[in-house]
Amino acid sequence: MAEALKGKIHSLETMGSVDGPGIRYLIFLKGCPMRCQYCHNPDTWARDDYDIYTADELLDRAERYREYWGSEGGITVSGGEPLVQMDFLTELLRKAKERGMNTTIDTAGSLFTREEPFFGRFQELMKYTDLLLLDIKHIDSERHKILTGRDNENILDLFRYLDETGKPIWIRHVLVPGVNDADEYLERTDAFIRSLHNVKRVEILPYHTLGTFKWKELGLDYALEGVEPPTKELLAHANEMLHTQEYKGYLEK
Amino acid sequence: MKQYEQWDGFKGRKWKEEVNVRDFIQNNYTPYYGDESFLAGPTEATDKLWGELQSLQKQARAKNGVLDMDTDIVSSITSHGPGYINEDMKELEQIVGLQTDKPLKRAFMPFGGIRMAEQSCETYGYTPSPELHKIFTEYHTTHSDAVFSVYTPEIRLARKNKIITGLPDTYGRGRIVGDYRRVALYGIDFLIEEKQADFANCGCGVMTDDVIRLREELAKQIKSLGEMKVMAQSYGYDISQPAKTAKEAVQWLYFGYLAAIKTQNGAAMSVGRVSTFLDIYIQRDLDKGLITETEAQELIDHFVMKLRMVKFARIPSYNELFSGDPVWATLEVAGVGVDGRSMVTKNCFRFLHTLENMGPAPEPNLTVLYTEALPETFRKYAANVSINTSSVQYENDDVMRPVWGDDYSICCCVSATQTGKEMQFFGARANLAKCLLYAINGGIDEKTKMQVGPKYRPITADVLDYDEVMEKYDDMMEWLAGLYVNTLNLIQYMHDKYYYEAAEMALIDTDVRRTFATGIAGFSHVVDSLSAIKYAKVSVVRDEDGVAVDYNIDGEFPRYGNDDDKADEIAVWLLKTFIDKVKKHHTYRDSEPTTSILTITSNVVYGKATGSLPDGRKAGEPLSPGANPAYGAEKNGLLASLNSVAKLPYEWALDGISNTQTMNPNALGHDHDERVKNLVMAMDGYFKKGAHHLNVNVFGTEKLIDCMNHPEKEEYANFTIRVSGYAVKFIDLTKEQQLDVIARTCHDRL
Repeated sequence: MAEALKGKIHSLETMGSVDGPGIRYLIFLKGCPMRCQYCHNPDTWARDDYDIYTADELLDRAERYREYWGSEGGITVSGGEPLVQMDFLTELLRKAKERGMNTTIDTAGSLFTREEPFFGRFQELMKYTDLLLLDIKHIDSERHKILTGRDNENILDLFRYLDETGKPIWIRHVLVPGVNDADEYLERTDAFIRSLHNVKRVEILPYHTLGTFKWKELGLDYALEGVEPPTKELLAHANEMLHTQEYKGYLEK
Repeated sequence: MKQYEQWDGFKGRKWKEEVNVRDFIQNNYTPYYGDESFLAGPTEATDKLWGELQSLQKQARAKNGVLDMDTDIVSSITSHGPGYINEDMKELEQIVGLQTDKPLKRAFMPFGGIRMAEQSCETYGYTPSPELHKIFTEYHTTHSDAVFSVYTPEIRLARKNKIITGLPDTYGRGRIVGDYRRVALYGIDFLIEEKQADFANCGCGVMTDDVIRLREELAKQIKSLGEMKVMAQSYGYDISQPAKTAKEAVQWLYFGYLAAIKTQNGAAMSVGRVSTFLDIYIQRDLDKGLITETEAQELIDHFVMKLRMVKFARIPSYNELFSGDPVWATLEVAGVGVDGRSMVTKNCFRFLHTLENMGPAPEPNLTVLYTEALPETFRKYAANVSINTSSVQYENDDVMRPVWGDDYSICCCVSATQTGKEMQFFGARANLAKCLLYAINGGIDEKTKMQVGPKYRPITADVLDYDEVMEKYDDMMEWLAGLYVNTLNLIQYMHDKYYYEAAEMALIDTDVRRTFATGIAGFSHVVDSLSAIKYAKVSVVRDEDGVAVDYNIDGEFPRYGNDDDKADEIAVWLLKTFIDKVKKHHTYRDSEPTTSILTITSNVVYGKATGSLPDGRKAGEPLSPGANPAYGAEKNGLLASLNSVAKLPYEWALDGISNTQTMNPNALGHDHDERVKNLVMAMDGYFKKGAHHLNVNVFGTEKLIDCMNHPEKEEYANFTIRVSGYAVKFIDLTKEQQLDVIARTCHDRL
């Protein structure tokens, strides 16, 4: 018998309540190809400090929390960027579905392409995925590149692909004052989201500075130094612009 | 069979043949499955009275917390004439009765100990009466004097070094819940008749010690019942007969409780499981059209307002143990009957609703007897109130019901007691963390360097060996358990003799079952220390006297609070080992030994007296409260922590296992509805795992820090938080305890 695939795990959190429906067991995978300026977990980027688990080991741990999940909860795999460990992720979710767990992936989607060999593997992964949490970091591709180090073409294509296949998604948009809060960008983001049919929830996450200490600990320069979290007014305005209240699909079971 | 016209419309027989409130409840209550939409807001009278009371509380705060004190009247059931929140508004008070003649005035209660009563007066600038001093020092023995007169040198030393600590030898033991419902259901005359019959049937005529003692106690009980009538009369009520309306039922019941708090200043003076009982009277009046829902809510609001006013005169060292002036007026709602029917009534909603009508408050200590089998509407409403007020605690009805039935109350924080059938000998706690240090140091206290424990051979190795430590720890725990139980035997004996709870015991069956409640402090630190010794390398730092005073840890080790069986199994072992050792010993009046993992806020004081531990906790730092994992030990979030605590079998800690958790609202869900849903899910899961108790706080650290720095802000006047076993206004905590709470807050993922 082949040796079980092993995943590189950054950390585990037993009480996730905003990363998918209900209460969720969160698995943070190590490694990310993006370098978002506002990242609050830069400690997940590097791939050298991690724990090793097999899918079954992780799921056995997750099982201990099933009583808390009710009919809605389950596991959410985040990162880092979970798609970096595609084979392991696929095995993990396949086995989770065998165990009857609800599965959610929290991904930035930057690795997405309709080219092989990635595309076939991604299609396989989607068989075992109930929901994706996605983020349009910046609707403008040039600006996106400044903010994250990569353009957004393939990410927007991922949205379209998931729309074509009817895969439910939640969109979480991190609002950073001075970076992506201009009305122009919000309008374009809104128009893009409206063109999709699989969006069950749209949330605006206010940029926060709680993760900046990690940048310092890692000896990294923090490009957004001095940027303050958005005001209540700005948040309300952005919520209106993106019509977040109109996406109620997440309430259906 | 008795028959009173006041009982018209009530069903059942057995409760008319004998005093049996449970049978009355089971035959007459109406389960409620709906939601909270029926609830009524506060009446004008409620707003006025509550406004008045808040202004009095504010005045008290300006005077170090104490508005007024008695100095020359010894409190008894009949010592004071009637008192009201405000003389000019007294007709607004639906439920009447104060501890003294004035609101928030603290009574003089010397029977527990005259020095404490006097010291509490002096602390707040009052001069106690010299005449009473003479009486209670020259002519009368107090509980405290009696206990100290019989202590052995070994007990004194152990007490002084705080390896046994918080003992009720200078204050009332409390924790006895009279079945105050009996006053409403039967009236005093019937209760006296029953006690007189017991008196006549007490013993076969041979006057052995226990028969004589019981006869004397019954005589005191009967006298107390008579005095309750006199007290009620002073407020214009005749409680010799059963209550005939909802208002009378609440009032009669409260008079019973008032008699208890006029005569006892026990650490915990709990009210009991009264909500569903009272609902029967309210429902009868609603059905007859005698009252409206608004009037029903007003009765409960006014009753609760009275419970919010209960205060005792305390000394500073007591306040350090139990910070924030708590009285544990614990009051239960919900639960399920042994027949499987939900015992949630509309009145369970009404009691929780008082936190909305009059804002959050630490008292009464509202306790939900929780199980997934409660209607979802009620679980969601309770979670909703918790999220808004952080004033509610939850205890697992599914683990308690098999042991205590469906009519138990909670006395104090987490201790179940069958209402009207049982009493408890409260015994504070033994510091098992210090005991571990005694094992290492051969009985020498690591702080004072005194030889407190037996002079066993100390550990001399530089690196601690798990097997050697375990062997020595077992020996030292054996010694401690014996000393502790015997100390408590002395205390309980003297409390019965010199400070007998006649008013409460008058409302409990004569043939009473007694539990002997021991307790554990330092729990999680012992577990982590043993785990460190087992799985990492712990080397000892000794001082110039050769006493181990600090420890260095090399390597990682599993810690309690991460759902890691390696550590959690040590926790289970520790609990079982301790209670087994306690059970070996004779316990006073053949009481049944139990234990708790509960420290109240005393974790701070106990920590001060405890040296550095092999888990990395440094000397003087607070111990973690109750059964909580050590601060900083939890690496995998709230549910892993809950799972660790849930592994402790309740059956081995029948006095309760306290767990206090704080959640940031943002980490509980996107919006209020989602938070409610997730909190219900979390509690369903936790209690399904067999856990016993959960204090639920929902707020962020920022709020605590701001409140600590700006206590004067209006919004913080009633800001209430749950600490180990009770609720407290955050501004009433000492600075040290505020910092401890902040350090422990909170489950707050980025």
